[in-house]
Amino acid sequence: MTKKVKFSIYRYNPEKDAKPYFQDYEVEVGDHDKKLLNALVKIKDDNDESLSFRRSCREGVCGSDAMNINGRNGLACLTDIADLKQPITLAPIPGLPVIRDLIVDMTQFFHQYHSIKPYVIDDRPMPEHERLQSPEERKELDGVIECILCACCSTACPSFWWNPDKFLGPAALLHAYRFLADSRDQATNERLDNLNDPYRLFRCHTIMNCVDVCPKHLNPTRAISRIKETMLARNV
Amino acid sequence: MSLPILKFDAVVVGGGGAGLRAALQLSEAGVKTVVLSKVFPTRSHTAAAQGGISASFGNSEEDNWHWHMYDTVKGADWLGDQDAIEFMCKQATDAVAELEHYGMPFDRLENGKIYQRPFGGHMAEFGKKPVRRACAVADRTGHAMLHALYQRNVKAQTHFFVEWMALDIIRNANGDVVGVTALEMETGQVYIIHAKAVLFATGGSGRIYQASTNAFINTGDGVGMALRAGLPVEDIEFWQFHPTGLAGAGVLITEGVRGEGGYLLNANGERFMERYAPTAKDLASRDVVSRAMQVEINEGRGCGTNKDHVLLKLDHLGAEVIDQRLPGIREISIQFLGIDPVKQPIPVVPTCHYMMGGIPTNYKGEVLDGVDEKVVSGFYAAGECACASVHGANRLGTNSLLDLVVFGKSAGNSVIDFVKATPEHKELPENAGAYSLERIAKLESTTGEKVADVRRDMQICMQQHASVFRTQKALDEGVVKMREIYERAKNVVIEDKSKVFNTARVEALEFLNTVEVALATMIAASVRTESRGAHAREDYPDRNDEKWMKHTLYYRDGQRLEYKEVHTKPLTVDYIPPAKRVY
Ligand SMILES: Cc1cc2nc3c(=O)[nH]c(=O)nc-3n(C[C@H](O)[C@H](O)[C@H](O)COP(=O)(O)OP(=O)(O)OC[C@H]3O[C@@H](n4cnc5c(N)ncnc54)[C@H](O)[C@@H]3O)c2cc1C
Ligand code: SF4
Ligand code: SF4
Ligand code: FES
Repeated sequence: MTKKVKFSIYRYNPEKDAKPYFQDYEVEVGDHDKKLLNALVKIKDDNDESLSFRRSCREGVCGSDAMNINGRNGLACLTDIADLKQPITLAPIPGLPVIRDLIVDMTQFFHQYHSIKPYVIDDRPMPEHERLQSPEERKELDGVIECILCACCSTACPSFWWNPDKFLGPAALLHAYRFLADSRDQATNERLDNLNDPYRLFRCHTIMNCVDVCPKHLNPTRAISRIKETMLARNV
Repeated sequence: MSLPILKFDAVVVGGGGAGLRAALQLSEAGVKTVVLSKVFPTRSHTAAAQGGISASFGNSEEDNWHWHMYDTVKGADWLGDQDAIEFMCKQATDAVAELEHYGMPFDRLENGKIYQRPFGGHMAEFGKKPVRRACAVADRTGHAMLHALYQRNVKAQTHFFVEWMALDIIRNANGDVVGVTALEMETGQVYIIHAKAVLFATGGSGRIYQASTNAFINTGDGVGMALRAGLPVEDIEFWQFHPTGLAGAGVLITEGVRGEGGYLLNANGERFMERYAPTAKDLASRDVVSRAMQVEINEGRGCGTNKDHVLLKLDHLGAEVIDQRLPGIREISIQFLGIDPVKQPIPVVPTCHYMMGGIPTNYKGEVLDGVDEKVVSGFYAAGECACASVHGANRLGTNSLLDLVVFGKSAGNSVIDFVKATPEHKELPENAGAYSLERIAKLESTTGEKVADVRRDMQICMQQHASVFRTQKALDEGVVKMREIYERAKNVVIEDKSKVFNTARVEALEFLNTVEVALATMIAASVRTESRGAHAREDYPDRNDEKWMKHTLYYRDGQRLEYKEVHTKPLTVDYIPPAKRVY
């Protein structure tokens, strides 16, 4: 059984388009084409090879195919076609410069991620085998290490739209928390100093868009408030 | 036309586990290195690895690397090189401890040590009883490892060219490798990267089959480039079919499910693996389990209306264990089939998963050419694109992630030595980029077939003719068909000729690599008249050591095959002689 799916997709090719526009598509999908990404691949294979988007794993683990789907950020590979109102409107994730069609320039997003020193800092000599960590200490990392850096959250965050260069955004802040929460990390003070700034951390106004859209069901807002608590605790 | 030239001491092609581990070695040693990747590094397919990485820490019960080595040799059905296998298994605990030191968030035991789970073919006392050897981060081990390696590279300030696709290897008249050509996707510009050493870590090519656990980007570029540069590919007929791909969707359900106590059922509700592997049961080697499943299906004991799959039962583990140890597979199963494994079993089928073959290397990561294993100066490879050969005819689960870090590091070290011993860059040949530009221009011809159509036919052909069970008739027909498809591939064209982020062009260039891998597989498989590991011939059901305990080398030139000896001398221990493989 196949069924028809209707789309309206944001198109922009800087080599020939003066400005972006939306193009309509209709595509037949089969029973196994459950996800939005299946339909997009079909359009590209059979209909219009110029339609440009990123994708790789098709199982929600690589973070390539974040896009704005009927007004809401999500991953094409994890979104059921059946759940979407048609025509399905697809646009690039908002707030970042568009390179072409659904492909955005993620430089700013990764810059913020890199700026929080996203690695465990521990200059003590390493033991021959693993460092020890209790299951309870390790549990602190659940709900943060699953992040796939898809940018659904940060590009749904109004504070990040206004200040992508100064406000870290939910994804980078989630990672800032990930290293603060790791019992092996020895740089708590340095990390907190790095975040103590009217913009970097404190531009978050708890609007919660980030939590709503995270395809991995993570909660950057909670991580952000934990950072704020840690900072307060240090200051008293 | 002259292309812009960028000069580095070393170029690593690939930002997955192997590429990042190698890059780290190079960056920390201060070698001027660039890492090229088609995707942002953490989007590489290593992120999809679920079950674990093997190391004989013995955190839960006694274990040692000799047992790990034995299991690997046996798993490989005696086609693995025992020097490389010893090297890998001996290094495993150091390599995994290093990952922990990099911040990889392993699950923990009560005593604070790394959590280890049972896995297929992991046994204690030389095959006697299952042992917990797979170090795991829930069922997201690869994701955790890839991110930790990337993070460590951020610390080491490794230089990346992200969304760059390497196109061809540049060799000089002497055959030495002196660089690559590469396409910057965002601009469409082609560059020459002139380097003293080139290290390939381009991953697998599971997309030659219709049903695959592999990502879209796993298109065998490294192997395609090596073949076009006149180098051979080794043991390419050996493809692992993972027992538990999600029926219909292809997405992987980790063997860790069976490691945690899940098991397979046929339509009669029978736990059939007890018949095929009395000791290891559902935790026998992957090739053994996949074949057993296929036999059940072929003999009419498959499940569902079409009797085309079997069931993986795990509800008896309870929601708590599933949520703690296997949260990702619960999510995948609900996402893709609408089935919650806490309540219902998961429909699964054997699905193409891993390329055992690859670019021939030794355990130092140096690429080898020919039957006499001549080192190709300036060229290194590691990870799934390479064939060291540790996985032989069948890879053990969790040995790939280990392979990435052990051989990524060792190849990195070899590059460091080579760069130090090579004060000057060797000159580029004249017209170094011409070949790549011609290939790109050809795609813009006015008449020809669409990439998607030829690619689809290739995938169907591979699925029909070179799957879990193979016969001479099916393979011979497959060779004829694949040769036709290969000819058609020479005439594929793209309509979209724009420069900026032209993904149609990228897909076409990828396909030209994939089709090389597919043809090599079919030809090599049609000639090997024995069953060994993942290469199961219905018409030749037994392993034939006398005739076939040797590595296949396939060359693109003349579609020619040669055969070379398996390395039977381990580095320090005794040779493990062939025996019958029983689980
Ligand atoms: C679903 C799944 C689960 C798995 N689970 C396990 C497990 O639990 N344990 C285990 O040991 N193994 C597992 N494996 C196998 C293992 O994950 C892979 O073999 C391994 O991750 C491959 O790593 P790699 O570094 O060689 O390649 P990849 O991680 O695939 O990376 C390849 C890199 O090369 C780049 N690249 C490729 N071509 C080009 C080009 N032309 N130009 C520039 N860059 C290029 C890509 O961008 C990418 O960065 C699993 C595999 C799959 C598919
Ligand atoms: S809660 Fe904070 S980070 Fe999340 S969307 Fe709102 S402002 Fe942005
Ligand atoms: S927190 Fe969620 S939405 Fe944000 S980048 Fe990570 S996975 Fe994506
Ligand atoms: S394609 Fe990887 S997350 Fe969707």
